[in-house]
Amino acid sequence: MASAVRPSTYHKHDVVIIGAGGAGLMAAVQLAGIADVAVISKLYPSRSHTGAAQGGICAALGNSEEDHWEWHMFDTVKGGDYLTDQDAAEVLAREAIDAIIELEHMGLPFSRTPDGKIAQRRFGGHTRNFGEGPVMRSCYAADRTGHMILQTLYQQGIKHNLNFFDEFQMLDLLINDGQVCGVVALQIRTGELHIFHSKAVIFATGGFGRCFSVTSNALALTGDGVAIPWRRGVPLEDMEMFQFHPTGIYKLGVLLSEAARGEGGIVINSEGEAFAKRYAPTLADLAPRDMMSRFIYQEVKEGRGVGSGKDGVYLDLRHIPYEVQEAKLPDITEFIRVYLGVDPTKEMALIQPTAHYAMGGIPTDLDGRVLLNNTEVMPGFYAAGECACVSVHGANRLGTNSLVDLVVFGRRAGRHAAEFLRTAELAPLPPNADAFARDQVERLLSKGSGPTEKVGAIRETLQFEMFDKTGVVRNERGMREMLAILDDLKLRYQRVAIDDHTRTFNTDLLEALELGYLLDISECIVAGALGRTESRGAHYRDDYPDRDDQNWLNHTMVWKTSGGLRFDKKPVTITKFQPKERKY
Amino acid sequence: MRIHFRIKRFDPTTDQKPHFKEYDVDLEPTDRVLDGLNKIKWEQDGTLTYRRSCAHGVCGSDAMRVNGRNRLACTLLIRDAGTKLTIEPLLGLSVIKDLVVDMDHFFQKYKDIKPYLINDDAPPRTERIQSPEQRAIFDDTTKCILCAACTTSCPPFWANKEFVGPASIVNAHRFIFDSRDHGAAQRLEILNQREGVWRCRTVFNCTDACPRHIKITQAIEDVKRALLFNRY
Repeated sequence: MASAVRPSTYHKHDVVIIGAGGAGLMAAVQLAGIADVAVISKLYPSRSHTGAAQGGICAALGNSEEDHWEWHMFDTVKGGDYLTDQDAAEVLAREAIDAIIELEHMGLPFSRTPDGKIAQRRFGGHTRNFGEGPVMRSCYAADRTGHMILQTLYQQGIKHNLNFFDEFQMLDLLINDGQVCGVVALQIRTGELHIFHSKAVIFATGGFGRCFSVTSNALALTGDGVAIPWRRGVPLEDMEMFQFHPTGIYKLGVLLSEAARGEGGIVINSEGEAFAKRYAPTLADLAPRDMMSRFIYQEVKEGRGVGSGKDGVYLDLRHIPYEVQEAKLPDITEFIRVYLGVDPTKEMALIQPTAHYAMGGIPTDLDGRVLLNNTEVMPGFYAAGECACVSVHGANRLGTNSLVDLVVFGRRAGRHAAEFLRTAELAPLPPNADAFARDQVERLLSKGSGPTEKVGAIRETLQFEMFDKTGVVRNERGMREMLAILDDLKLRYQRVAIDDHTRTFNTDLLEALELGYLLDISECIVAGALGRTESRGAHYRDDYPDRDDQNWLNHTMVWKTSGGLRFDKKPVTITKFQPKERKY
Repeated sequence: MRIHFRIKRFDPTTDQKPHFKEYDVDLEPTDRVLDGLNKIKWEQDGTLTYRRSCAHGVCGSDAMRVNGRNRLACTLLIRDAGTKLTIEPLLGLSVIKDLVVDMDHFFQKYKDIKPYLINDDAPPRTERIQSPEQRAIFDDTTKCILCAACTTSCPPFWANKEFVGPASIVNAHRFIFDSRDHGAAQRLEILNQREGVWRCRTVFNCTDACPRHIKITQAIEDVKRALLFNRY
């Protein structure tokens, strides 16, 4: 039984960071010693999903062959199918170099070249001289680069004695008269509410791949930090742009990194054909992810799929010697052994596209400041990493650029916040600051009457239908059906009831809250995708198969209003590279 | 196939002591043990409580005892686990609820060994140089995901909670043998104390338990040798 309601615990810090993955920790480390920093995470920091990133982090270090940041910038813009804001891509490509050296100085154990420098390898969509051929740009630590970034940054947080609030679930963003002034969070272990009152707030809460049934994303990635500000009037940008990674383990969705193809892996259809080069003559299996996923979709559609549903293909690593697999791809080969039960030196791995990465999210400027609309920023409110949309990935993110984004824009957000804090005042809390969060929790904890719905059942329908109707290939009919399904699911969600009515470590409660975020976000994805009547990057519609620069060379912005969703467009920033047809 | 789960449950608001509860679930041989727990939670009993996140063995959330051995529920498949599963929380850490144990003590032991690069020299403009051979010496111990499967399988730790434990030694090893680090002496001094590395009785439970296949007993041996022969 729920015990008596206790008042919220009050905390005051200069800055509160939500999320302890790469972006949140990179921002936190910039602020260490300058400001009083609190880092809130619903997990222990080392459990964050940055740790699952495998292949590498690109920067034009030129350690193994000639490279230039302009080439990296171009690849990022072209990879994003020209929806990328080019001022952001320039910042990303320029500052990646310095940020990676900073990580190395913090102790990150990169793999090394024979002369002791940071080792680099090829990666999908990364080219020399504006598209001539693959280039070795991806800095790596075996195939656990994200793990090493996360560990290194968490270790720095420990070194700097930051205030970590582990296993705290954020429930609300506090805004008083347009000024962000903190968050409300649930201490998972005790079930008590905490008010974090601060001058600045940085959101770094990651993605929302759990909108889909087949995903590489952690169970924790339910878009809490994207839905919560949106419910408070903050817009979201380019939500229809969701990347499906071509090489997920069949049915499970667990990622087999592009590093597997960077080291020579090839994708094979039921006829034994290495089909990528038929679609992308120059880059073949190193074509960008959105394209590879569509090549697979096309092969399956034309009857050349494999697997129990004939909806997968093979990833072939057999020609890569065992020693190379063990040295450079140890985790990937372990996943193949564990989850597919095959030896990758002898058999091919069964794969299918898996929901992987949100290019869209909370709109920010180049310093991570959250945008209230196309021109105004919200003072003191920052976002970085996958939950944010700078927009540096445009319509399709290149491999490794998520890690680059984390460190470059996490760092910029942290540094700008440090500057902001020099003059910022602490805004008073809004009246009844914790009322909304408390009501949400108490309503779920109390036992209602009447017919009820289960979280698991609603979520399963949502994820299956989203993957089916808003996946690699979309069209108007499917998405209209999806919007109707969402209407029904949202009605059912209002009657949702949980089994666990206690306050201690109530994960039943958390899953119910998370489902609410997933439903809101899914609606933004579907409505955005329905509105964008073209195909661009990861957003592919078979009823509008071509890119339409005349009408759609712009970002989508969406707000929540009392009358439903409100959409607007935001211009794309174009500096160095005029849009061209995207071929590889 | 039908799988029988016997799960140790404890709800601090109602229970004086833990008890077992039983569930039957239909699963495929290729499903993970975690899939079974999720099915129970989502379809039968929402009160069942455990930690999980990445679901593929890299985040370290779901370490637990499965049929008496410490495993990650997300890297153990039903075909390898069998049709009758007894699932219990990790041993040696206090239970908060069901399979959720208090990890604060474990993370404190990790923090105690100064798990960060110690090097006060001004860094060069580019990366610090480290040869592939120097990098290889500590490669194995960089794999640790802090899941606590090793420490909670260690009999000396069960007997004495002040023992620093294998996970902390693994993470100390990762820095002691990193050519860029200058903090080896500080860490070795900590590990040379009463509750340090000498509590290890070379039982190899840690090595058996590690889901990342880190040669933990070997790493502990490396640290002992560094202390004995001043070699690091």
